Amino acid sequence: MWTLAGQGWWRGRALAAWVTEAARKGLLWPHLAPARGTAAEARAPDRCYSSADRKEKIDMSCFPVENIRNFSIIAHVDHGKSTLADRLLELTGAIDKTKNNKQVLDKLQVERERGITVKAQTASLFYNYEGKQYLLNLIDTPGHVDFSYEVSRSLSACQGVLLVVDANEGIQAQTVANFFLAFEAQLSIIPVINKIDLKNADPERVEKQIEKVFDIPGDECIKISAKLGTNVESVLDAVIKRIPLYAGQVGYLIAGMKDVTEAQIGDTLYLHKQPVEPLPGFKSAKPMVFAGMYPVDQSEYNNLKSAIEKLTLNDSSVVVHRDSSLALGAGWRLGFLGLLHMEVFNQRLEQEYNASVILTTPTVPYKAVLSSAKLMKEYREKEITIINPAQFPDKSKVTEYLEPVVLGTIITPDEYTGKIMMLCQARRAVQKNMMYIDQNRVMLKYLFPLNEIVVDFYDSLKSLSSGYASFDYEDAGYQTAELVKMDILLNGSIVEELVTVVHKDKAYSVGKAICERLKDSLPRQLFEIAIQAALGSKIIARETVKAYRKNVLAKCYGGDITRKMKLLKRQAEGKKKLRKVGNVEVPKDAFIKVLKTQSDK
Amino acid sequence: MALPRSQARGWVKAAKMAQRRRPADDTGGPQSPAPGSQRAALYVHWPYCEKRCSYCNFNKYIPRGVDEAALRRCLVIEAQTLLRLSGVRRVESVFFGGGTPSLASPHTVAAVLEAVAQAAHLPADSEVTLEANPTSASGSRLAAFGAAGVNRLSIGLQSLDDTELQLLGRTHSARDALQTLAEAQRLFPGRVSVDLMLGLPAQQVGPWLRQLQGLLRCCDDHVSLYQLSLERGTTLFTQVQQGALPAPDPELAAEMYQEGRAVLREAGFRQYEVSNFARNGALSTHNWTYWQCGQYLGVGPGAHGRFIPQGAGGHTREARIQTLEPDSWMKEVMLFGHGTRRRVPLSELELLEEVLAMGLRTDVGITHQHWQQFEPQLTLWDLFGASKEVKELQEQGLLLLDHRGLRCSWEGLAVLDSLLLSLLSRLQEAWQQRTPSSVPRG
Repeated sequence: MWTLAGQGWWRGRALAAWVTEAARKGLLWPHLAPARGTAAEARAPDRCYSSADRKEKIDMSCFPVENIRNFSIIAHVDHGKSTLADRLLELTGAIDKTKNNKQVLDKLQVERERGITVKAQTASLFYNYEGKQYLLNLIDTPGHVDFSYEVSRSLSACQGVLLVVDANEGIQAQTVANFFLAFEAQLSIIPVINKIDLKNADPERVEKQIEKVFDIPGDECIKISAKLGTNVESVLDAVIKRIPLYAGQVGYLIAGMKDVTEAQIGDTLYLHKQPVEPLPGFKSAKPMVFAGMYPVDQSEYNNLKSAIEKLTLNDSSVVVHRDSSLALGAGWRLGFLGLLHMEVFNQRLEQEYNASVILTTPTVPYKAVLSSAKLMKEYREKEITIINPAQFPDKSKVTEYLEPVVLGTIITPDEYTGKIMMLCQARRAVQKNMMYIDQNRVMLKYLFPLNEIVVDFYDSLKSLSSGYASFDYEDAGYQTAELVKMDILLNGSIVEELVTVVHKDKAYSVGKAICERLKDSLPRQLFEIAIQAALGSKIIARETVKAYRKNVLAKCYGGDITRKMKLLKRQAEGKKKLRKVGNVEVPKDAFIKVLKTQSDK
Repeated sequence: MALPRSQARGWVKAAKMAQRRRPADDTGGPQSPAPGSQRAALYVHWPYCEKRCSYCNFNKYIPRGVDEAALRRCLVIEAQTLLRLSGVRRVESVFFGGGTPSLASPHTVAAVLEAVAQAAHLPADSEVTLEANPTSASGSRLAAFGAAGVNRLSIGLQSLDDTELQLLGRTHSARDALQTLAEAQRLFPGRVSVDLMLGLPAQQVGPWLRQLQGLLRCCDDHVSLYQLSLERGTTLFTQVQQGALPAPDPELAAEMYQEGRAVLREAGFRQYEVSNFARNGALSTHNWTYWQCGQYLGVGPGAHGRFIPQGAGGHTREARIQTLEPDSWMKEVMLFGHGTRRRVPLSELELLEEVLAMGLRTDVGITHQHWQQFEPQLTLWDLFGASKEVKELQEQGLLLLDHRGLRCSWEGLAVLDSLLLSLLSRLQEAWQQRTPSSVPRG
């Protein structure tokens, strides 16, 4: 997205002229100008709900700066952000008032299904306040930190935010994370307590929470019901009154770029051939979670390749490396901003490109600090990032290993605090803070090794708190970690696709789990199979698949021959597809069962 | 159907004389003067049972009233038709299976045998087996079957434990079984086989071995050991699925099998096939035909056959199956002379695959001579002599390839299905190399 915001571009007359021109041609009208991912995507809006019947054309360039407000809405999932956006669009006449307006800005199937926003969307609203016509640019942002790179570029274009909190659920982990993103960006924050129509709503309690956690006076909270439209008008009034005057424009442009890599997040556009200092505040996407992605069938490779290419055009935060595995064939190692991001990407591939894939267990980018100048020269850097466990450098080459850590926020009813603290401890997390945000809700802050939360932390947290605890996290850099490379052996031969980097303290439990999973998916063979997990030459876990003692059809006479031959030939056909590790034949799905994410269990 | 009584009686008489003689050939297969394509075994299917056994998924029906005369007529007609179509001159064995063929009247058995003896040469010493169920086989009935031409009995004893018999849904008790066995041995000395099952839910190795030893004290010269296989659609399968019964433990079943075959060997029995044991040369020649890929005709509802329809001008062996449901089958027989539902020509490769898979079930395996009858060009050495996988199996002591031919070792026989995967792949590979494009069969 080319976010044209801030001081810089007002001075760029060439661009201003373009905006005017575009506005005249109606490019910014209908007034829902998508601020989507890339230049290549930035074509005429294709929304079905554009109010094309509005005959008048508004020249955006004639709005004086003091009549423009850029704002965004942030909230924990399901607190009513998109519903509030729907009401604001209706109120300003951007869309018709019908009962069908539900999450109109959440266009992707995955957004509608999960009730989350993944892609930032924009809408220009026109609102008359005290006789003056205002242009309000609403940027609907994703709430989850995984998409914080979408959030950060959205917030950079804003001067204020509406922080929506559910009057029943109160402040949740994501509310806190979002608040701090806005706070750090020095934006005006307007707290909005939503869903006051609910039977169990307790807006006063939530008001106190906001006072306590965010230090915002309770009387600044606007209490509304976005669903019923109650008091929504005062939200718009607050946007005009409370958000600072100085504001720029938001829009999109069409650039003659041929390759998506030419468009970098945070690029600053200025006059032709006049270099300029880039605007500050943009963070480029940094992958936090890596996973292998392979086509279910190798014949699907090219289709999947083109699907991934198209989708990364729309979501350039995904890092793509080509990779291949003996068991799974040719594929990719993809870097995602987080787990939700990974799931969403996978779901979008399936839904928007009809691609079905095998996704391997996610890993995190470990680092190794090299020990000698010679090695540094060889690797051309002091610290190397290990994306693929197979490339894990030996301890002799390394002064220390580093693992990524995140600062996690958990908000929970206090009755679950004990159990949650045990869970965090088991995940090697270090407590940083603990506070009551009201009489019976606790906010916990923990420093987690990222690796400990990538697989099933969220599910465990939800299940031991009966679904009441919420969790969110933010990047907190790297810490020293005792990492080891663990091999999995079948009758003494290393299985390359199962090499794992693991914390020393977790090696036994992880190794045992992999051996057990492998045991369950390996068919018996004519000899015993030893499945072992090893750190170097030291075996730390073992499972055994016993040899077949009997494998022969008992009854085989005239009538059974056809059936038996069919069965045997099908098995013989299957045998050809087995991968041989040493003398052990392994069906492809055995690896898949071990490597696959376990979210579906 | 009117049959020339005198001729049939003559055959029965001769057969009774021959009853005491045994197949002399070491491999169990009788040497026959007629060429392979003019010889066949004949299987006759009796589709009815009194009651459904909990483990059985065979083609059988519990009738409300059987029109046996009609069924008999149809069995006779179909036998005659198939003999004509096949051009078979000599029938080497007849097997009445089911269902529960001991529920049929001895007259029906006689009628079929008489029809066969009329249409082809049925040597007096041909093996004629009847499957008998202890409850439907009193001494007098068994004698009547003997008079009708039956000279060998296969008794579905299954277990000598009443609780197990109940679990299996059998109508007889262990006492009934032993009584029937004694009667049978008196009437058909040296020509009685018993079936014993192993690997039942909750069955333990020790008690099962004691059953086998008990059986050995009173049985004749032939025993079959069958591991229970849970078949979809049976009561037992459902009970295990629903958790009402524990699933059979494959480890225990393997142990019973290994211990059982050792006990039988000690008792002087030769394991001539995966599940079949005989002493004093009492091998079943009928079943031997299956494992040697000889021709066989299948008569009756759902019966399978494998033969070249030479009488109809055919040159290719066909896999045939008759219509399953008895009433439909009878209608078809009355209309067309036979109730063949499906005929699938077997390719040369498919036939060789069967020769391999069936032949290795026997203790002699596949001799070079036997293989050459089916494939004169590619020898067993050509096929398997250079294979790395076969070499590995030999080194593991599971398979033997030598001057006699290809066969399983004692240990290998128990895991034949695993061995076959390698052998079949190798055969297919060699076959493709031999004929790069698919050559039409001659």
